[in-house]
Amino acid sequence: MGRLIWTRLLAAAPSVIGVIVVTFVLTRALPGDPAAYFAGPAATQQAIAEIRHSLGLDRSLPEQFLVYVEDLAHGRLGNSLSTGQPVVEELLTRLPASLELTALALVLSVAIAVPLGITAAQRPNSWIDHLCRIVSTAGVSLPTFFTGLLLVYVFYYLLGWAPAPLGRLDLAYSPPPARTGFYIPDSLLSGDAATALAALRQIALPALTLAIFTLAPIARMTRAAMLSVLSADFIRAARANGLARRRIVYVYAFRNAMLPVLTTLGMVFSFLLGANVLVEKVFAWPGIGSYAIEALIDSDYASVQGFVLAMALVYILLNLSIDILYGVIDPRAAVSA
Amino acid sequence: MSAALRHLRYVLGENPVTLASFALFVVLVAVAVLGPWIEPYDPLATDAMHALTPPSAGHWCGTDAVGRDILSRIIAATRLDLGIAFAAVVLSFAIGALAGLAAGYFGGWTERAVGRAADTIMAFPLFVLAMGIVAALGNTTANIVYATAIINMPLYARVARTEASVLRQAGFIEAARLGGNGEMRILLAQVLPNTMPLLAVQMSLTMGYAILNAAGLSFIGLGISPPTPEWGIMVAEGASNIISGEWWVALFPGLALMLAVFCFNLLGDGLRDLIDPRRRT
Amino acid sequence: MSEASPLLAVVDLSIEFRTRGGTVRALEKVAFDIGRGETVALVGESGSGKSVTAYAALGLLDPAARVTSGRIVFGGIDLLTAGERALEEMRGREVSLISQNPRGALNPIRPVGKQLADVLLRHANVPRVEAPQRAVEMLAKVGIPDPARRAAAYPFELSGGMCQRVTIALALACSPALLIADEPTTGLDVTTQAVVMDLLAELAAASHMATILITHDLALAGEYADRIVVMHAGHVVESATAGELFIRPRHPYTAKLIAATPKPGTQLADLAAIPGNLPDVTRADLPTCRYSARCERHSKTCDAPLPLVAIGPSHMVACWQPL
Repeated sequence: MGRLIWTRLLAAAPSVIGVIVVTFVLTRALPGDPAAYFAGPAATQQAIAEIRHSLGLDRSLPEQFLVYVEDLAHGRLGNSLSTGQPVVEELLTRLPASLELTALALVLSVAIAVPLGITAAQRPNSWIDHLCRIVSTAGVSLPTFFTGLLLVYVFYYLLGWAPAPLGRLDLAYSPPPARTGFYIPDSLLSGDAATALAALRQIALPALTLAIFTLAPIARMTRAAMLSVLSADFIRAARANGLARRRIVYVYAFRNAMLPVLTTLGMVFSFLLGANVLVEKVFAWPGIGSYAIEALIDSDYASVQGFVLAMALVYILLNLSIDILYGVIDPRAAVSA
Repeated sequence: MSAALRHLRYVLGENPVTLASFALFVVLVAVAVLGPWIEPYDPLATDAMHALTPPSAGHWCGTDAVGRDILSRIIAATRLDLGIAFAAVVLSFAIGALAGLAAGYFGGWTERAVGRAADTIMAFPLFVLAMGIVAALGNTTANIVYATAIINMPLYARVARTEASVLRQAGFIEAARLGGNGEMRILLAQVLPNTMPLLAVQMSLTMGYAILNAAGLSFIGLGISPPTPEWGIMVAEGASNIISGEWWVALFPGLALMLAVFCFNLLGDGLRDLIDPRRRT
Repeated sequence: MSEASPLLAVVDLSIEFRTRGGTVRALEKVAFDIGRGETVALVGESGSGKSVTAYAALGLLDPAARVTSGRIVFGGIDLLTAGERALEEMRGREVSLISQNPRGALNPIRPVGKQLADVLLRHANVPRVEAPQRAVEMLAKVGIPDPARRAAAYPFELSGGMCQRVTIALALACSPALLIADEPTTGLDVTTQAVVMDLLAELAAASHMATILITHDLALAGEYADRIVVMHAGHVVESATAGELFIRPRHPYTAKLIAATPKPGTQLADLAAIPGNLPDVTRADLPTCRYSARCERHSKTCDAPLPLVAIGPSHMVACWQPL
């Protein structure tokens, strides 16, 4: 097990290096003069030169890169150009909002897609099978931001069931004392059921929007993997040995089918982290996605760079976890590492 | 030529869904090409008197907040969105597929270098990387094309690499080599045509993804700026209206977007089922 | 035919498959039986329908298969009409199956000991805490060295022969009355083949278990079976004790099969191939005797409907012109 984690960590190292280099290149080595950009059109040459110096842009590129890496090693991502605050702090403040949303969406998505796929595979050509196939095909074509808007229109404007898409909590409520940073658990921990419910009502639509987006690939892969495994020789042998149907489907078939589903999750996370940004805009959700959008509008390059780097590192970490989980489930993978 | 047409007819006849999506594809391309001639109104013409009118006989899709006809804007946007996606896909294919073919065919350090580059791109959540690229390069349409192209290259590279490394051992390739053909020539004249079917499937699927990507980027304000009509921007403009109940401003562009993506995905799926029935899901 | 009532009796079994190319009449009026403790071999070329019979007995046919006539009687019940629950109870406990791809028959991501325990817990009323130990005992019984350590192994860590031993352990875990062995040695090398067959014979004898041995290898059948049932293109053409079949085959096809089977001392030149191929069983106009096209004794009288006729005690043949 330890060997598995170690080999996977080593395999992830080049990606981390690559990501750091690319984010550096994106913001420093490209044509155009960031200093003049930040200084504004009315700045004097001297003002521009001062800004350039303060940003460290008058040093050579390799020097700048070393400074960048050193800053990273100390957990510094620079300061936001619009607020002057350290980017790391700002990201960390906004992170729980995004995490709560994404985690809930993922749980919702898996809870619907996996049983759907399993059932569809067991009953070919039934209505559930057709539903699964429609969901899988339509889901990947739906633009997330459009789905979100549609849901707002139907559930907020037409039906009045959902609250206005104005963020994590209605103005009438105040956020619970922060323990995890997640509103729902925190409210429950302080015994405040009303706030928990209010937070749940706010998160429902955005989480649903994200979940719909990730449902499709997960359902599709679960169904395909189950179909493939259910026709395998060892399943027929297990039936011949008289094992109970439940055991065959869940312990024998599903665990094997889970492997390609896990691999799909990697791709799903890539889409999820991107769709997060769009959903946060539609629902005015104060997470790191909307932070990035604000930073883009302000041309706040430090913040944008910090955001891209942070997301990439989170993504690498998620993929690493999937790899390790895969190795735990499939003993063959651990050996071939 | 007629053999190709017959094959096309066979391909389309096999599956009614493929046929329907191909028909939709033809319609989309027609709208894009004929755009300026079929728009009922000037997509940029504002008319404050008739702002935010719901769909009616005069304006089939209603008007937006400054009175522009939404249908005309959707038609104009078709040309832009399809154009961006197409350019991105072609670029992606040109660089990604060639790099992948070279990697699979020559192996060695070419394969390692291409692999590294592809892995580095794939290490990012793709939309986030596109955001970063457009933010860095500047807010223009061309940069949206480049960003979308870059994030799709690894996919082509991977498909091409697998095919090329299999074909490397094939008999007819050996024959070409013995016939004295240079490696580059073999790569382009023999290996590439044989991998085209799979790559064509990939291109159709990434068209859909490229459209979504471009629309997403403009939805958050990158790339295309108003008043240029583009599906993503139009949905963004309509977003604030949805809350007050003017559903048509965002719905119609969104539907157009969905239809286009759906069309390319179905087309790609249909093509893939035809080319490799084993992969049918 | 055994004097006591048979353990399993296949009566008049006909099965067809719906495929894209048409309806395949895979089995037609197949009949044979097997008594307690007997080993009966079902022999024939690939495609003769041997495996289909086995899977039909266990209710594990492909969804495209349809039984158009016949019964498979086991312990007084017709397996073809028994419900799925009854079949589930019976599989692994009364009737077991081993097949030709041993590693493919095992769950690749589950230790073999646990797979054995699964079967034991399902059928043998073993208390949960004892199951792992019993699993190790079963592994020892099938001759796996160091069984305690091997129980924690995964199929990919075991050789083909070991995997086959594990599948045998799985099949025999609950001491079934009947074992169906579908080409059990085809995927193994020659030395391992002999070892596995000896193991099967020994275990069968020890628990008075009946075995249906399905194989294309007539020599193997001759060595291990009490009786041999010869099949061709979905028909049973001859059935006799092993000794009698080899000494005095009565069906032309059987004779050709024997001639084509290598024995010690045979030269390659002596082996005679059987002319022709199996008939296309999707055709609607198949002759009543499906061997007619390849038979040199064929005459017009052969077109009449063909019964399985007894021509000696425990010797049946389906031929109008037996040897």
